[in-house]
Amino acid sequence: MKNKLDYLDQLENEAIYILREVAGQFEKPALLFSGGKDSICLVHLALKAFRPGKFPFPLVHVDTGHNFPEALKYRDDLVTELGEKLIVRKVEDTIKEKKLVDAKGKFPSRNGLQTYTLLDVIEEFEFDACIGGARRDEEKARAKERIFSVRDEFGQWDPKKQRPELWNIYNGKINKGENVRIFPISNWTELDVWNYIKREKIELPSIYFTHERECILTENGQLMNTNEFVQIESSDVVVTKKVRYRTVGDMTCTAAVESEAYTIDDIISELKEAKISERGATRMDDRVSEAAMEDRKKGGYF
Amino acid sequence: MELLRFFTAGNVDDGKSTLIGRLLYDSNSISTDIIETLTKQSKTTGGNTDIDLALLTDGLRAEREQGITIDVAYKYFSTAKRKFIIADTPGHIQYTRNMFTGASNADLAIILVDARNGITDQTKRHSIISSILNIPHVLVCVNKMDLVNYSEATFNQIVADYKEFAKPLNLKDISFIPASALAGDNVVTKSEKLNWHKGPALLEFLETVNITDQNENEASRFQVQYVIRPQTEDHHDYRGYAGKVLSGSYKKGDKVLVLPSNIETVIEKIEKDQREIELAEISEPIIIHLKDDVDISRGSTIVPINSLPKTEKELNATLCWMDNAAFIPGQKLLLQQNSYRTKAVVKEVVSKIDIHTFDQLESDGSMKLNDICKVFIKTAEPLSFDSYKRNRNSGAFILINENTNNTVAAGTID
Repeated sequence: MKNKLDYLDQLENEAIYILREVAGQFEKPALLFSGGKDSICLVHLALKAFRPGKFPFPLVHVDTGHNFPEALKYRDDLVTELGEKLIVRKVEDTIKEKKLVDAKGKFPSRNGLQTYTLLDVIEEFEFDACIGGARRDEEKARAKERIFSVRDEFGQWDPKKQRPELWNIYNGKINKGENVRIFPISNWTELDVWNYIKREKIELPSIYFTHERECILTENGQLMNTNEFVQIESSDVVVTKKVRYRTVGDMTCTAAVESEAYTIDDIISELKEAKISERGATRMDDRVSEAAMEDRKKGGYF
Repeated sequence: MELLRFFTAGNVDDGKSTLIGRLLYDSNSISTDIIETLTKQSKTTGGNTDIDLALLTDGLRAEREQGITIDVAYKYFSTAKRKFIIADTPGHIQYTRNMFTGASNADLAIILVDARNGITDQTKRHSIISSILNIPHVLVCVNKMDLVNYSEATFNQIVADYKEFAKPLNLKDISFIPASALAGDNVVTKSEKLNWHKGPALLEFLETVNITDQNENEASRFQVQYVIRPQTEDHHDYRGYAGKVLSGSYKKGDKVLVLPSNIETVIEKIEKDQREIELAEISEPIIIHLKDDVDISRGSTIVPINSLPKTEKELNATLCWMDNAAFIPGQKLLLQQNSYRTKAVVKEVVSKIDIHTFDQLESDGSMKLNDICKVFIKTAEPLSFDSYKRNRNSGAFILINENTNNTVAAGTID
């Protein structure tokens, strides 16, 4: 009997087990892929779970139109290399079709709007399960969500109606119209993800590493990338800094952090020193209110 | 680095959330922006310390308003020695269901006792659930020692009372630590005020409690989650059975029995991450290839021929009823054990367990939310299982209502 497994092995084993449960329990699952490090880890775990077979699900990307070009290139290269199916649906198209009002303001965020596109793509392909890379350490509402999280027809999460989830027994049975969001890396922290990327030598989009970038320094001290979607005014403080991204969200609402991290080791040591949480450092949208995430999830966000 | 999963049970008044907040805060696991938010919230809810540590774990808005924890919240922190996953569960009687959930995966239970009140109904309830779920380690943390002047005699009395109460529970390993979460005594650092207590502070205890030998006596168990058949030119005849080693170990050449079809064969090859391996150990996700082409599908169990589980259509179990709707006699249910599902019926509610005394009470045949009962179950197809006391991985199941699809009960097989 060997000693207890390393914690990264345990987290990896758990995630692979969950992915295989999805394959075994659902007719039409999908993996929501954003080009961010968490969903990149999911793809890596899916390779371990299913090769030499094909993935029993396509990758689905809800393209907000505000993506970093580096993340899109990474996505396309990855899909070509793996030979897996990719479905892309654009928030832009949803806005036109549904005559929605596009995000406005200085840093227009389509975070709320992407929920519409996500629900549409679920309906279009009749997905019964959507695998996502959310982690419980990201935010307090997520800390209470199940690994198999049942959503109603409107994609809504009801924390009071969650199914009990015991041992490693996952109940994915649903009624027609419902679907399940599945979070195989629920129990990973940001640091766990980085340690795993290091151990597995997983390649990432370049914006995770330090680079020079022109940014607007906002009043609350965040560094926002200048780009075609952001209105620069004469009063703005525009600076060029060595920065990297801790999360890869939209260009419009994801802040960069100053960094000297050229390698994954550098990132890990920076994180160990970091005094600000991942979402707090980089997401403008979660700063809006304390219960912002809870409300978005109830409305169908993943 | 090792991983320890533990759960905490206790209610708001026991200072459970404060204890977890203290562990996270004093071990530098909280970032500055979260502390800022908490400081703001603490002022608005009128907390009497600078930061209300309990707010760290009380996640949902409804809870913040009501000041109670309504569900299982997971929290993570690590020290140089271990990574920890905390399942934080509420202590109220109506949340027995959540405690069952949070405890089911835990290596250790922290049961909080208020030093002023000693052993209460709640302490008993949590201990009995820990016993039913066979949690490997139980730590009784006697909290609020500051409010009893750090009295050694008070602590000793509680320890004696607890030991007396816990005798029939067969808890595997019980430890005791006096502490004050609010004042920070004996949580992360040893307190001078409690220097009469010789053991470690809580954090050191969590870092050192032995978690390496839990699975020694468990027989090897493997269940098929998914059949991999690429059907490509390169892998034309490839047929692999993907699953994880639930307990024990498997190696190439092992003689095995496939259940419930009851066919003997040999492991031809084991793969992990596209490499062939000789030996697969507990919790590893693998793909097994068998020598013979046998009838096997998701949920089939592969076991060594010299160490068989029971394979039967009848079983006795202890159930925790978890649905808001009460059990209806004759109700058709689905039983799920890991990846295996079969239709099932609870034939008899044999007795009800008093979760404050552990006595078995006469049953009137009903089961309501949070009831724990001894039952007799019949299944449509045979189930391969071990007693939960012998193997947590093959002796546990859930019951699903076929109509609502809700998980209505969790069971441990006698």
